[in-house]
Amino acid sequence: MFFNLTLYAALFLFLCGLIYKIYSWCHLKIGDLAQTIPPGQRASEALRGVIRAVFSPKIAILAKVFLLDVLLLRRVFRESLLRWLMHMCIFWGFMLLLLMHALEKWISAPLFSNYYSTVNPFLFLRNLFGAMVVAGVIIAIWRRVKAPSLRLTSQAPDWFAIVLLAVIMLSGFGLEANKIISPAKFMEMAEQYAGTTDQEELRPLKAFWARDFGVVFSDLKGAGAPELGKKGQEMHENNCAECHSRPHGAFVSYPLSRAFIPLAGTRLDLAWWYLHILACFVGLAYLPFSKFFHIYTTPLSLMANAVTDPQSASPANLATLRALEMDACLHCAICTEHCSVGAIFRQIPNMTILPSEKLASSKSQVRGKQPESGQMLKLRIGSDICTSCLRCTTLCPAGINLQDIWFAMKENLSRQGWPDIYLQARQSAAEAAPRPGADAPLSLPEQRRPAGAEISVPLGTFRHCFECQTCTNVCPVVANFPNPQETLGLLPHQIMHCLGLGLTDEAMGAAMTWDCLTCYLCQEHCPQTVPVADLLYELRNRSFGALSRKSS
Amino acid sequence: MKFALFLGCKIPYFLSHYGDATRLVLKELGVDLVEMEFGCCGYPVRNQDTKAFMLSAIRNLALAEKQGLDIFTPCQCCFGSLKKAAFLWREDAALREETSSRLAEEGLSYRGQVDIKHLLQVLHQDVGLEAIKQKIAKPFKDLKIAAHYGCHALRPSKVVGFDDPLAPTIFDQLVEATGATSLPWDLKLSCCGNPLWGKNDKLAADMTVNKIKDGKKAGAEFLCVGCTYCQIQFDTVQKEILAARPDTEALPSVLYVQLLGLSMGLSPEALGLQANLLDARGLASHLVAAQAGGPEAPVETQGAS
Repeated sequence: MFFNLTLYAALFLFLCGLIYKIYSWCHLKIGDLAQTIPPGQRASEALRGVIRAVFSPKIAILAKVFLLDVLLLRRVFRESLLRWLMHMCIFWGFMLLLLMHALEKWISAPLFSNYYSTVNPFLFLRNLFGAMVVAGVIIAIWRRVKAPSLRLTSQAPDWFAIVLLAVIMLSGFGLEANKIISPAKFMEMAEQYAGTTDQEELRPLKAFWARDFGVVFSDLKGAGAPELGKKGQEMHENNCAECHSRPHGAFVSYPLSRAFIPLAGTRLDLAWWYLHILACFVGLAYLPFSKFFHIYTTPLSLMANAVTDPQSASPANLATLRALEMDACLHCAICTEHCSVGAIFRQIPNMTILPSEKLASSKSQVRGKQPESGQMLKLRIGSDICTSCLRCTTLCPAGINLQDIWFAMKENLSRQGWPDIYLQARQSAAEAAPRPGADAPLSLPEQRRPAGAEISVPLGTFRHCFECQTCTNVCPVVANFPNPQETLGLLPHQIMHCLGLGLTDEAMGAAMTWDCLTCYLCQEHCPQTVPVADLLYELRNRSFGALSRKSS
Repeated sequence: MKFALFLGCKIPYFLSHYGDATRLVLKELGVDLVEMEFGCCGYPVRNQDTKAFMLSAIRNLALAEKQGLDIFTPCQCCFGSLKKAAFLWREDAALREETSSRLAEEGLSYRGQVDIKHLLQVLHQDVGLEAIKQKIAKPFKDLKIAAHYGCHALRPSKVVGFDDPLAPTIFDQLVEATGATSLPWDLKLSCCGNPLWGKNDKLAADMTVNKIKDGKKAGAEFLCVGCTYCQIQFDTVQKEILAARPDTEALPSVLYVQLLGLSMGLSPEALGLQANLLDARGLASHLVAAQAGGPEAPVETQGAS
């Protein structure tokens, strides 16, 4: 009764969550192309897309991807043998437990005429599958604690998934162990299958079960007589043997049960039972919102991306796929491990530089959960540090087209008032700069020292400048305009002079600083070895620095 | 000749045929390019943060040093960036110390032993013009090329040591080794405009159009480049610019490895010529064998129609 009630409640919550998620795949707007497509259209085109793909030669690709990338985890195998082993253990252990054990009424019993959960090979297999999951969980914990990329990126949902799996498995073993030794359980079964609860009548059977099946009775003394043994065997064969192999096949639970011997008289088995099914049903109810949702979304992502050509796919389907992909991320951090700019995180501690965190932040942002501007700016900075090298996309074991999401998120951010950070740094520098030639005369302000230590080029070297204007005259950007002073604000030699006067803000805000091609003609030709181009880099650095500080 | 192959971030998604063509041609020339997983050279982040740039760049040098290899790169921005970082590593003790401690967090260290070489340098110095000429199976004839040296390889010369910054010759020599003519042209040493693409598109396009017009004025049929970004600018971006400025005449651009590879007898498909957005397939028609209808045909065909 309790079982059914909680099961149906969990199923109901699961379904609600599932529907909500599918709804979100049709609604979330990621990228410019997603802005104007109605959700109804996205849903119908998605359905049509799936049917078209399935009833076409593409079915072969789908089958191949399903076999190799979903069932055999080929992409994970390529990345790391240990990860592959871990996930194969968890995945296959859990799936087989689900099918053989949890769904025994619907799968095992109909399929196998000799199925009983307490008979071999099923008794052994249940332990084997559970042991596989536990082995996988141990590796998972070890990796999350040891691997630098995982230590850095692990969050509550990652631990929740691991802990839940551990609780389900360990409570399962605990349950079986306590049932093995439980005299109360024995009496329940005796009543049901031997048709009696009379202790004297059951004594031979009890003795047999105590000897061969590990049950711990408190009231069995002197039960070793041989006629008792033969009678017990006979009773066992009549009432129990069909459904019960000796428990030693439960190679985890049986040894474990020895540890519980002192508690055999209690109903600890009931406590384990409640823990076990509650853990399972909590997992089921919460599934659409936990990492476990990936069991649906990751195969979908892998298969969909295998047959979707971004050039020819409908915008509606590309939009829906992006939303689905965000739910397909396993937070495995393989992308972060190999990211071309990941190392920069050690210098600029912005988590969104790391692809796995950029995706998580993007997901929050798209769901409207990140109103604060600091977070938006952070995400934009991380997005712009990315060099679109394609490596994360190539390696992602969930087949997510990350590069596509990165481009789309930049569109979203620009749309929401967070354009490319070069533009933002340029704008904020321009806004902060007093206009040269304004009413107040340009004079040396009181002790204006540059903020922060000089880095690559001590600003003092602009002191060598003697205003020959060679830099301005070789600059191709200056040459491009009929009135360069007007367009660029300050010319290169004027910027050098500003630095000499301590007018760093003015120099930072000039258009020339931001329209520099970095072609180094100025620096190459300067007769005074003033590192003009490097100084312009320095000025840009300062504005970016101010921008970064705004984000933290 | 063995190097660590440093492709840079832009090739895989934006110009994958450059990677393929480089591997193919260098293999034919007996250069062993070892594939390794590198990070970004630091060029893009240098606008933002010098220390981040240093860390990014020196990390690659540390990784190469661990394998006992020097770096080979087909991208001139990567070349310039890594050279700058190496220069600062030598000259700036404070930066060196800070970068070292960041690297140590990852268990890496750098002793300053790695040489950084660009594709054109390796071809000119390590392989040598003589060895290249010997590999030319089908030289070009009547092919006028405007060789574009690329800023980040040439300057600042104190840092990069690539060639004479005011009158460079190695690229011209490499082009002429294939039989093509490397034209003198005014804006030869000027920037392609790519560094401003995405920051100030109009200005970047102006730079590119200036280059194209000047190349055409000098009589060039193709631009030739030795840099990923320059090729993106003169090919992918030029296509966009031409669509927006229809009165501009196109000047297609080829990568040097495509030019060299063709004259070495490699197929246009293997060199990715079909991936060039501005049609460069006409390049093959300038090969001597293609022109005169056979490898035995005499080179001088003046007067014949």
